[in-house]
Amino acid sequence: MNETSAPVASSDAATATQIEISDEIGGIVRAYETQTAVESAPRLDYPPYRSSILRHPTKDLRHADPEAVERYGPVFGEHEIDPLESDLTVQHDGEPIGERIVVTGRVTDGDGRPVAGQLVEVWQANAAGRYIHKRDQHPAPVDPHFTGAGRCLTARDGSYRFTTIKPGPYPWKNHHNAWRPAHIHFSLFGTDFTQRLVTQMYFPGDPLFALDPIYQSIVDPSARDRLVATYDHGVTQHEWATGYRWDIVLSGGTRTWTEQDER
Amino acid sequence: MSAPTPGQTVGPFFGYALPYGGGNLLVPRDRPDAIRLHGRVIDGAGEPVPDALVEVWQPDNDGRVIREAGSLRRDGRTFTGWGRAATAADGEYEFTTVEPGSAEPGRAAFFAITVFARGLLDRLFTRAYLPDQRSLASDPLLAGLPEARQASLIATRDAGGFRFDIVLQGTNETVFLDLAGDRS
Repeated sequence: MNETSAPVASSDAATATQIEISDEIGGIVRAYETQTAVESAPRLDYPPYRSSILRHPTKDLRHADPEAVERYGPVFGEHEIDPLESDLTVQHDGEPIGERIVVTGRVTDGDGRPVAGQLVEVWQANAAGRYIHKRDQHPAPVDPHFTGAGRCLTARDGSYRFTTIKPGPYPWKNHHNAWRPAHIHFSLFGTDFTQRLVTQMYFPGDPLFALDPIYQSIVDPSARDRLVATYDHGVTQHEWATGYRWDIVLSGGTRTWTEQDER
Repeated sequence: MSAPTPGQTVGPFFGYALPYGGGNLLVPRDRPDAIRLHGRVIDGAGEPVPDALVEVWQPDNDGRVIREAGSLRRDGRTFTGWGRAATAADGEYEFTTVEPGSAEPGRAAFFAITVFARGLLDRLFTRAYLPDQRSLASDPLLAGLPEARQASLIATRDAGGFRFDIVLQGTNETVFLDLAGDRS
């Protein structure tokens, strides 16, 4: 099912050119176009993303019926999170450099029910495309006023909201001249253990989409599009910040919704 | 039905955002019934994965599924059933917790585990069953697996608790789960 055209010798080699990587991506796209089943999750086996080569399971996922513990998820309380943690621009003494943005949306399950009171965590590069991480050696400036990590709980209607700085694209060592489209990492919980999701939100119109093996690992174009936020002028604030809207749908969820879930 | 949002890799740089103080301490280390759940995350070349994140979710010792907040700001008393640990340079993760009881009558007790890593494009679910349980023989998941693969889901008891290695790929690959209702 996940057959690929070009066998690859090693992971993390950083030796391929963008043309070679794009050819590999193109081969997978053409093969996908001939199949009928829609794939809404990324392929775990996606060789153009070199780090996936040695880190994807080779055996099919094993079906299991969720047992009692798996039909619930962890609970997070309001006292555990400071409301200021959702504003990534106020964590230091000065204003971070870059385009201030508001990112908001709703978290729902597959039936459209809001996922309330659940933890949303984000992390991202700064406006120059640099992470506050010792292993990020990209020679772009570190912003002393921007760490790039935030948290909030979803409201009763499933909504979340962050104020932050638009991240920059950055180079990575997947292949020669590899650049990641600008993105914000999101970590989400549902009401079931099975709904756990870590993903990335992208910005509309990014010229790097077609070139990026991580984004392209979601082979279905409409599924891929669901990771792209929408510019929303209603979210944009006068003289303050541009606004983006991004809704998130968690799947799974086998348990009947109860009033208790709304706390 | 709304179409699900796809996953993406956690990437290499989650280290300053997701791990937090006390994240891997489901109970304090000095609690009398505290045990250690630990192991390595290993790739297809047999090498440790130093940039993986492991989360555990479990019932308490009596098999109760906990519905208490307090996993992010631990008070040292409340057991919430959830923990998070990043792997170290040697691929090792470690939790301090209690032995889970069986959450359903007649069913085997296990730790529910989620795995994230750079290079892993979506999270993986698995279970770490406790060894030496009579109910293992009748467990519906284990019963459907060849013996060699069953072993990958059963933790081994060691001095301080349990050891459970997570092998992402290869001969000893851990069995990863598609839980009903999970994404296709």
